[in-house]
Amino acid sequence: MKYTIAVLVENKPGVLARVASLFRRRGFNIESLTVGVTEKEEISRMTIVVKGNEKVLEQVTKQLNKLIEVIKVSDVSFDSVERELCLLRVNAPPEKRGEIVELTNIFRARIVDVAKDSFIVEVTGDEDKINAFIDLMRGYGIKEVARTGKVAMVRGAKK
Amino acid sequence: MRAADAFIKALEKEGVEVIFGIPGGAILEIYDALYDSRIRHITTRHEQGATHAADGYARASGRVGVVFATSGPGATNTVTGIANAYMDSSPIVVFTGQVSRPMIGNDAFQEADITGITMPITKHNYLVTDPNKLLRIVREAFYIASSGRPGPVLVDIPKDVTTADIEFDYPTRVDLIGYKPKYEGHPMQIKRAAELIIKSERPIILVGGGVKISNASKELIELAETIPAFVVTTLMGKGAISEYHPLCLGFVGMHGSKFANYALSESDLIIAVGCRFSDRTTGNASLFAPQAKIIHIDIDPAEIGKNVRVDVPIVGDAKRILSNLRKFIEYKYRKNWEDKIREWKEKFPLKYKKEGFKPQFVIEKACEIFPDAIVTTEVGQNQMWSAQFFKVKYPRQFISSGGLGTMGFGFPASIGAKIACPDKEVIDIAGDGSFLMNIQELATCIHYDIPVKVFIMNNGYLGMVRQWQELFYRERYSATCIGCEKISFEKIAEGFGAVGITVERQSEVVEALRRAKEINDSPVVVDFRVEFQANVFPMVPPGKSLREIIDEED
Repeated sequence: MKYTIAVLVENKPGVLARVASLFRRRGFNIESLTVGVTEKEEISRMTIVVKGNEKVLEQVTKQLNKLIEVIKVSDVSFDSVERELCLLRVNAPPEKRGEIVELTNIFRARIVDVAKDSFIVEVTGDEDKINAFIDLMRGYGIKEVARTGKVAMVRGAKK
Repeated sequence: MRAADAFIKALEKEGVEVIFGIPGGAILEIYDALYDSRIRHITTRHEQGATHAADGYARASGRVGVVFATSGPGATNTVTGIANAYMDSSPIVVFTGQVSRPMIGNDAFQEADITGITMPITKHNYLVTDPNKLLRIVREAFYIASSGRPGPVLVDIPKDVTTADIEFDYPTRVDLIGYKPKYEGHPMQIKRAAELIIKSERPIILVGGGVKISNASKELIELAETIPAFVVTTLMGKGAISEYHPLCLGFVGMHGSKFANYALSESDLIIAVGCRFSDRTTGNASLFAPQAKIIHIDIDPAEIGKNVRVDVPIVGDAKRILSNLRKFIEYKYRKNWEDKIREWKEKFPLKYKKEGFKPQFVIEKACEIFPDAIVTTEVGQNQMWSAQFFKVKYPRQFISSGGLGTMGFGFPASIGAKIACPDKEVIDIAGDGSFLMNIQELATCIHYDIPVKVFIMNNGYLGMVRQWQELFYRERYSATCIGCEKISFEKIAEGFGAVGITVERQSEVVEALRRAKEINDSPVVVDFRVEFQANVFPMVPPGKSLREIIDEED
């Protein structure tokens, strides 16, 4: 099972290293980790996708809470909006361009750069959508993929 | 004001009486400022010694131990001591010098990334990058080290920070948004725990080091007497209740007594307080106390459910929770359970074969002759025999490296304990292997007149490892013979300027201990040349349940 946890931390140097070190030392597996500032400049939000069971999730949460610079840990695995952004460079010879543009439109993705025989496509969505798009593009020859990792937010009004 | 002076003033404000450390290039400015202070400084002969001494000081006194070390090797030498304090939740603050800020990251002379190195073994650490934040960080470091579940904090201070000019504005309050230790236990959980206790027929209290840290001995004993429930202790919990108390069954776990282990295994309710169910305490965790419900009281929520299943968790300070819990308890006489335990106690006492020169005999006699002394131990057989045969009376009397199992801890820790409690006798029960790991601190004892006593159970081996080789590796004694019977610890002690005594025969033990007791103006090292065949029993073999504990003859 994969869990997505949101971690509010003090926006200070070294905090990322502390969090990463904790995961390594306790043997928890990070699937993806993103970090960025929040509405408050002094607070950053990390979104961490971790593989494991309930017990692992419980220990991850408790151990993270022990870090002095961690302010809040919440499980956003369920009932949440999840998004990831992916840039991919795909071969686009003139005879295939039409098809690629069409697929791009279906996925509500965007072509953000056009070169002589390749495109850079930007696609956002949940993990499944991005995986599906990448799979489709494979047929044309993917040259490069860059994914941001997941961010997530629980639906409904903020408690 | 020069930041170094402001820093020392801050330590004075924190009530620091003594610092253990060694000066060096990057921390020179701070040592210069210390020259004008009334704070005492003990220059140890190795930074590991300084860190263990600060740890011993903290454990004996309940106050924060303070360490100074310079950058690079000075800082890395503190690592074992920090890890040791971390595993046993001991409050120490380690201040290390660092190369100047513009040099950091350039592999400068004596540069080491000590905050990176100590990240997983500190409760928190800091690299001071702004001189104006130095004092706030000092305040936070002491607060974090000593509050909640205590632990070591390291503060790395670049040299150019110490020379900067700052205002002395020492914060009184600490406000850390991500750190709010919880002290009050949840009232509902306390009620649920009380209900389980009242219903139970075979209750037992399992006590860890947290009870000593929380100064909750009185509350513990009152609860035990009210239920009434027998008490077993982990190595770290030893002393939380006097081992002469009729309800105390003593030390439990891998080398605990049979009766204590049976009682824990057969109980129907374990009230665990301030312990973390380490593998040395539980034996095979999946077979641990199969019939028992477990109430777990601990200040660290991450300990609850980490190693064993828990029925009622109570997060908070042991002292408050135990005293609250007692209010809901009614006395209930549990005759069958008491009879059972008394029967086990009579049938399976702690014992050892009496012929030959036995280390257990030395420790039993030491306990008779030094009943009120603070006892530190090294790690290995000496430690387990001390846990078994040195019965202690009060909470901070027994000081030992529990979690990390650091050989070389006991002797410097005894120095720290003696400085914390100058009116108490302090003895270190050592092995020949362990004592050699920090023997250089004899020079510290001589230099500062610290009259601790070291009793070496000298068997010429790394004895605990030798024991495992004998039992589990077909007596293939790979690399464990260290031949200390050829070394004269007596002469080494004399060479340092201490008193050395060699004891060759069991019949000379009592006289030697009495002689050591008479000497109060010098450190004493007594070399007991015990037989090397003595092993620690009983023992729970690795991977087995506590119920499967074996004796020497089993």
